[in-house]
Amino acid sequence: MALQSLDVTRRSATTTESPHQRQTAEVAKLIDVSKCIGCKACQVACMEWNDVRDEIGSNVGVYDNPPDLSGASWTVMRYSEVETDRGLEWLIRKDGCMHCTDPGCLKACPAPGAIVQYSNGIVDFHEENCIGCGYCITGCPFNIPRISKKDGKVYKCTLCSDRVAVGLEPACIKSCPTGSLVFGTKEDMKQHAEERIKDLNERGFKNAGLYDPPGVGGTHVMYVLQHADQPGLYHGLPKDPAISLMVSLWKGIAKPLASIGIGLAVLGAFFHYVKAGPVEVDEDTEK
Amino acid sequence: MSNETNLVQRHDANVRINHWVVAIAFVLLALSGLALFHPAFFFLTNLFGGGTWSRILHPFIGVVMFVSFLGLAAKFWKDNHITDADREWQKHLREIMANKARNLPKIGKYNMGQKYVFWTMVITIPALLVSGFIIWQPYFAPAFPIGLVRFAALIHAFAAFVAILTIIVHVYAAIWTRGTFRAMTRGTVTAAWARHHHPGWYEDVSKGVK
Repeated sequence: MALQSLDVTRRSATTTESPHQRQTAEVAKLIDVSKCIGCKACQVACMEWNDVRDEIGSNVGVYDNPPDLSGASWTVMRYSEVETDRGLEWLIRKDGCMHCTDPGCLKACPAPGAIVQYSNGIVDFHEENCIGCGYCITGCPFNIPRISKKDGKVYKCTLCSDRVAVGLEPACIKSCPTGSLVFGTKEDMKQHAEERIKDLNERGFKNAGLYDPPGVGGTHVMYVLQHADQPGLYHGLPKDPAISLMVSLWKGIAKPLASIGIGLAVLGAFFHYVKAGPVEVDEDTEK
Repeated sequence: MSNETNLVQRHDANVRINHWVVAIAFVLLALSGLALFHPAFFFLTNLFGGGTWSRILHPFIGVVMFVSFLGLAAKFWKDNHITDADREWQKHLREIMANKARNLPKIGKYNMGQKYVFWTMVITIPALLVSGFIIWQPYFAPAFPIGLVRFAALIHAFAAFVAILTIIVHVYAAIWTRGTFRAMTRGTVTAAWARHHHPGWYEDVSKGVK
């Protein structure tokens, strides 16, 4: 849900222009994994601001709590214990929607206006238009959207589009005690990331880098990773995410081609009738 | 077979009812399925009470179609084996389409075109059922790996496309070939129709072979 309506770049299942009279600066959330202490304040802030509460679950043996994203948990800390050349490392990644420039969810969605992308880069779900088909789940290269068991609609991080629309930063950013989370224009965030990467390089993280995957046109949630060469270490963050070829075929070329094909078949039949006429058998011609 | 009115029984009442259950389900499925396939067809969801209702109803109608199609397939199976006469008939397709066919081979109960429709449905309907289950939210889709769900969505769309084209041909053929429609509504065709289009079958029926 969001407040913007003048700066829409794209709407799901809509073949005409979206209202984009106003152009806003591209924003981004930068998550510096090397600064995260795993306190989950961001998870709490997300619940508070959006006023959603997940069910109280049970301990599944790891710190991840709740164990997965859900209709009410739009961000979840993922804890990975990994061995690197620096020994045992505890990598903690705040998981949630990446707000892709080329959003697979939006591409797959069949419901007009259920998913919108603003010119500031935020990809937002408008649940009142959602029909609960789950196509967005197939479209997402990051495995983020979740169908709510409560209402059958799909939910995910909104990047606090309601707050951003009125000039505030997302709730999670406000809560972060270490400055691991920062928010601003995408350009500023890239610059900030560069400084962070330089610092990490000096501290011996040779492969530190920015995660802003080009396969989805870049994202509006970016990570600074200590081991940017191995994003998989961070709870299976995909190395080169892109919209699946199958989704591209299905919601890319197949969609218009098949529709035209069906239309042509009907027209073809009609004009065949006009040209050749019916096959008639009457008793007289028969004998 | 009734000699007075020169009518030949082609489909009994059970087959006709079965056929129309499949047909009604197919039309509902095509309309609700197309609605979720391309935004140009999204307005069709209004026929079903909106987008969410279309999404909810579609798979249940699909199960109805599959189950009823099983009955139809079992009934039609043995008359749809492809014969040499069918292959010969196919060579005359151009003339047949132009309404100028002469000296066609002795076709049995179904011609090659009808057999194509039958076998296409025999392949696509089970494919639609299986792929449909895999993408069925919220009951079954979460149980399958995401790669399989994506593949199933693609297969579902492709199989549906093939099936819809086939049914367009099927419906048009019934309109084009006069005297055919009553075979599925009244159950009978005229003897002249049977002699002309399905001489092999007409011979069998005349001899009392079922």
